[in-house]
Amino acid sequence: MSERLLDIQNLSVTFGGLDALSDLDFHVDEGEIVSVIGPNGAGKTTFFNMISGMVTPTSGDIMFKGESLLGLDPNQVTARGIARTFQNVRLFANMTILENVMVAQHCRTKQGLMGALFQTGGFKREEQEIREHGEKVLGFFGSRLVGYRLNQPASVLSYANRRRLEIARAMATKPEVILLDEPVAGMNPKESEELTGLIGKLRDEWGFTIVMIEHDMGVVRDVSDRVVVLDHGETIAQGSYDEVSSNPAVIEAYLGRPAEEAS
Amino acid sequence: MSVNMNTDEAVVLASARGAFDQDWRKVANWGLICAFALIFVSLTDMPDKLDKRVIVEPLLSMGYLSLIWIPIALGNLVTREVVLEGMTQHKKGVRELVAGLSVGAIGGAGLALLIWLLDTRDLSDPLVNWNDALLEVLSFGEGVGYGAIFWILASAGLGLAGGALHVLPTTANRLLFAISLTIVLAASLESALDDISEGFRLEWLFEALFEKKGGLSVQGAIILAVFAIAWVLVLGGQAKRGRAAVTARRELSPTKVNTVGLAIIAVAAVVLPMFLGRLTNDLFTNVGLFLLLALGLNIVVGLAGILDLGYVAFFAVGGYTAAIMTSPTSPGLSPELPWWVAIFVVVFMAIVAGLFIGAPVIRMRGDYLAIVTLGFGEIIRLTVRSDWASGFTGGAQGILSIPGADIVGVATVKGTDPQQVLYLVIGFVAIAIYVSWRLENSRIGRAWMAVREDESVAEAMGINTVNSKLQAFVVGAILASFSGAIFAAKVGSVFESSFKILVSIVILVIVIVGGMGRIAGVAAGALVLVGILGGPNQPGLLAEFSEFKLLIYGALLIWMMLKRPEGLIPNVRRSRELHQEEFLQDAWLKAQANDDDDEAASGEVAPA
Ligand SMILES: Nc1ncnc2c1ncn2[C@@H]1O[C@H](COP(=O)(O)OP(=O)(O)OP(=O)(O)O)[C@@H](O)[C@H]1O
Ligand SMILES: [Mg+2]
Repeated sequence: MSERLLDIQNLSVTFGGLDALSDLDFHVDEGEIVSVIGPNGAGKTTFFNMISGMVTPTSGDIMFKGESLLGLDPNQVTARGIARTFQNVRLFANMTILENVMVAQHCRTKQGLMGALFQTGGFKREEQEIREHGEKVLGFFGSRLVGYRLNQPASVLSYANRRRLEIARAMATKPEVILLDEPVAGMNPKESEELTGLIGKLRDEWGFTIVMIEHDMGVVRDVSDRVVVLDHGETIAQGSYDEVSSNPAVIEAYLGRPAEEAS
Repeated sequence: MSVNMNTDEAVVLASARGAFDQDWRKVANWGLICAFALIFVSLTDMPDKLDKRVIVEPLLSMGYLSLIWIPIALGNLVTREVVLEGMTQHKKGVRELVAGLSVGAIGGAGLALLIWLLDTRDLSDPLVNWNDALLEVLSFGEGVGYGAIFWILASAGLGLAGGALHVLPTTANRLLFAISLTIVLAASLESALDDISEGFRLEWLFEALFEKKGGLSVQGAIILAVFAIAWVLVLGGQAKRGRAAVTARRELSPTKVNTVGLAIIAVAAVVLPMFLGRLTNDLFTNVGLFLLLALGLNIVVGLAGILDLGYVAFFAVGGYTAAIMTSPTSPGLSPELPWWVAIFVVVFMAIVAGLFIGAPVIRMRGDYLAIVTLGFGEIIRLTVRSDWASGFTGGAQGILSIPGADIVGVATVKGTDPQQVLYLVIGFVAIAIYVSWRLENSRIGRAWMAVREDESVAEAMGINTVNSKLQAFVVGAILASFSGAIFAAKVGSVFESSFKILVSIVILVIVIVGGMGRIAGVAAGALVLVGILGGPNQPGLLAEFSEFKLLIYGALLIWMMLKRPEGLIPNVRRSRELHQEEFLQDAWLKAQANDDDDEAASGEVAPA
């Protein structure tokens, strides 16, 4: 058995009476691509928020490489090796594309005020490394984010390119696990097909373990090793894509339930 | 004032509309605004108080200028239209003139009403400026009827002129703008020009332009106008091309420095003070002190996005620490350290104060943080004044007889010698600029920007936002404390009244008006606000304006927020052309997607 990288144990959270997530139990092994799916409001993003330390669970535990992540600040979680993207694309809009991926390496670098003021050798070397690594992760998307783009503010990017930059920024933090929140939302079929291929590459060539929230079933089918289905905070199914997609509970969750229950 | 319409090719140009084909409601609205503005400015007493400040002798004074720009501007704005791609734009013609004329006439009628009321009623109880002097200025001492008719006609004429700006060709607009700007600027800078011309042995030039008793002579105004025209026609194109080249280079490598520009500024900073007189040196010193403060606040607000409204606290910490350390008559502790040693204590105290104030407030966000810092700013000042601390700070008596700043082995800067103080200030401003520039392009600076852009995302990207913000707070505190230490040595005394909240506000206005996040912008802001209008306690070049300083600051701030939120010298990163390109790419992508697979593209909606 490969190493159990991320282990979610009985994770629950309530927001003022609303059970956004209840008793989620699942794990991610190293080198896996796991998809989290479910209708709108199922609690998928909330789940990511808890892993990344932005929301504190009501009960349960999140173990990463055998250590609990509970009580850590988001920046500490990122430093441990878990990076994420945001569903509603939250780039640093007025910073350049290169700066966006440079700043993401903050927790992997250490030069302080003095290094910058006196332009020490160590500072210059580190700046060089930050820049090179930044250009390397941007290069992952071909020529889309490099060249003349490097020094343009992120706000000028098209929607699809913003999504790509979000992924590049997560990659730049040198993580072990990347949490992708709806990476292809808003992309056209061509673009999402391309990105599907890239998600595979993220694991195969870069060695990242990936947890992905996605509504596009084509993408989920093509890349996932396993799928977890949430609905109203409950885990209604887990397993391979084929198992899950033929599960009656899942079909009901997606296609709607009897009229009296639907809100 | 003039507005150049961007006539895009995509805009459909239609023939001019008829003279009376007006939106009369709009005209009436703008007319009333014009009337209110004229009455308001009159009741602030600007026309009377500023009448002594002559622009062109004997034609125009700042007092009358405070009125006449209103009908021109509003007469122009009433027919201004935002024309977007695909919209129809009508040719400008008589219609614009009629609208301008009407707006001006309504405004003039408002002023005439005020003149009549001034004569017949006495409202001096709530309105302190309701007096005969104002009536005298408004009616030129020729009686109510004369004044009323004059202003209706004059205002209508000015409104007409404002409307006419739409009709005139762009070049004419640009020329008029350049001429008015040159003349007003020259008149504003009169005392500085007087001072500088002495230093450069150019008194003859000054005498050719200005009257002895103040103000430009008619001949001087004409010379300046010719100069402005020549500038626009000959150099205008070149300057534009040069600027475009610089901007283009900036876009390719934004962190690169314009070495030539920097060298020129450096040489000027070293050479210029030698030629400047007392007055100008002193003026630049004040500008420098505020520039130092603004550069510090720019790191805190502009880079890290922490809205600190109590920034004056660190200015006070610097001033008082330097005073206590160097003054022989300091009431409590009096080590009488030399100034250059004291500066180390100042830095230490600034760090302590930065951490002390920063630690509790830094976890707050937005409005809460602003309010709490505002409180801390006052707390520091009131503590300094309190009985509890007055054993060290002298309470309301302050600390006196602070010797100048001696800098070991280099010089002893006497506070009474403006030129020496200016050099000292320039030295520290240079340090502050270097620090800002180096930090902005470093790991720390990028973290600050990320925190400013979106704090929770910055945190999720591995930045310890609390530490980051504290660092920004402390760096800002140190720069402010330098300014305070120089201030103490320059003035020779410190009083708590020099560190009121107003100082914080003025520094913030400098940063906002200049252009947040840009060093050049902050410098421009300090020069314009402190140099021309004056600081909170420091006179500027327009000494007569000191009473209206806050009014103008406020108006400027509101106008900036509405029309140019990015500041006088905006960040090149936000250039509009860049967007254009991306829109084109989006359109192209969309078109491609549609061609390839119309069906799939529409079926791409996520399951709901
Ligand atoms: N901070 C919060 N406070 C209160 N309620 C919240 C909060 N965050 C999420 N919720 C609620 O929790 C539920 C789950 O939200 P979540 O964003 O996790 O859904 P999702 O599965 O990501 O949906 P989508 O597919 O639309 O992105 C929703 O009902 C939402 O309104
Ligand atoms: Mg979501």
